[in-house]
Amino acid sequence: MSKTTSIHARPLSPHLQIYRLIPTMLMSIIHRITGGALYFGIVLFVVWVAAAAASKEAFDLVNAVYGSWFGRLVLFGFTWALLHHMIGGLRHLVWDTGRALEKATSTKMAKASIVISVILTVLVWIAGYAVRGGF
Amino acid sequence: MSDMRTPLKRARGMGAAKEGTGHFWHQRLTALANIPLVIFFVGFVITYNGASYEEIRGVLANPVITVIMMLALLSILYHMKLGMQMIIEDYAEKEGMKVLLLLLNISFVFILGVVSFFALVKIAFGG
Repeated sequence: MSKTTSIHARPLSPHLQIYRLIPTMLMSIIHRITGGALYFGIVLFVVWVAAAAASKEAFDLVNAVYGSWFGRLVLFGFTWALLHHMIGGLRHLVWDTGRALEKATSTKMAKASIVISVILTVLVWIAGYAVRGGF
Repeated sequence: MSDMRTPLKRARGMGAAKEGTGHFWHQRLTALANIPLVIFFVGFVITYNGASYEEIRGVLANPVITVIMMLALLSILYHMKLGMQMIIEDYAEKEGMKVLLLLLNISFVFILGVVSFFALVKIAFGG
């Protein structure tokens, strides 16, 4: 029979700070953080659509807040979080098929995902300003 | 006497979420659905950012836009619920706290879903 008294002395796996930070690990952490941020960030969309349904005054107020420098900063961050989470998700879908799991390949993909997400975010905002008619 | 139950029967309901691969599969399903829907959404925001109240009301009253918005919300909210559930199961150590957070998670996505659907329906019917 096993002794239940020794149960507390069992070894624990090392925690995050023990490991050296590598690109795939960092992207995994960012994927979870961006997911969590988007979870609460979607409230911005719900508020916006609810304001559009409520009245012109409510809509104009929300538009003014979102259009302020702080509003735009938050929306810029939201755009990046959304695009980064989507690209990170695409990596997961590729891995699900059993492909690109090699150390060198996955590291390359991790580095590429941060670069692509930043470039796409900037492009989306350039497109947004271009549609509105300049900066 | 040996256990007459099959291995599957013994495993059912034993995971952290009391379910099997359903969570994994639905997360991938909604992830895949989110790709075109999010691209549509980003395109929509690029096109109509800063547009007037009248213009936005007009666009959101378009049935095609309403339906795509609703599909996007369904897929995204479900994906959100699954993702946050995973985070809660990873970090909430006490059973009571875990159950409470799981309940809040489900409530949160349902409230957002009903509010946004109501708003979209109201706009679609010109209310």
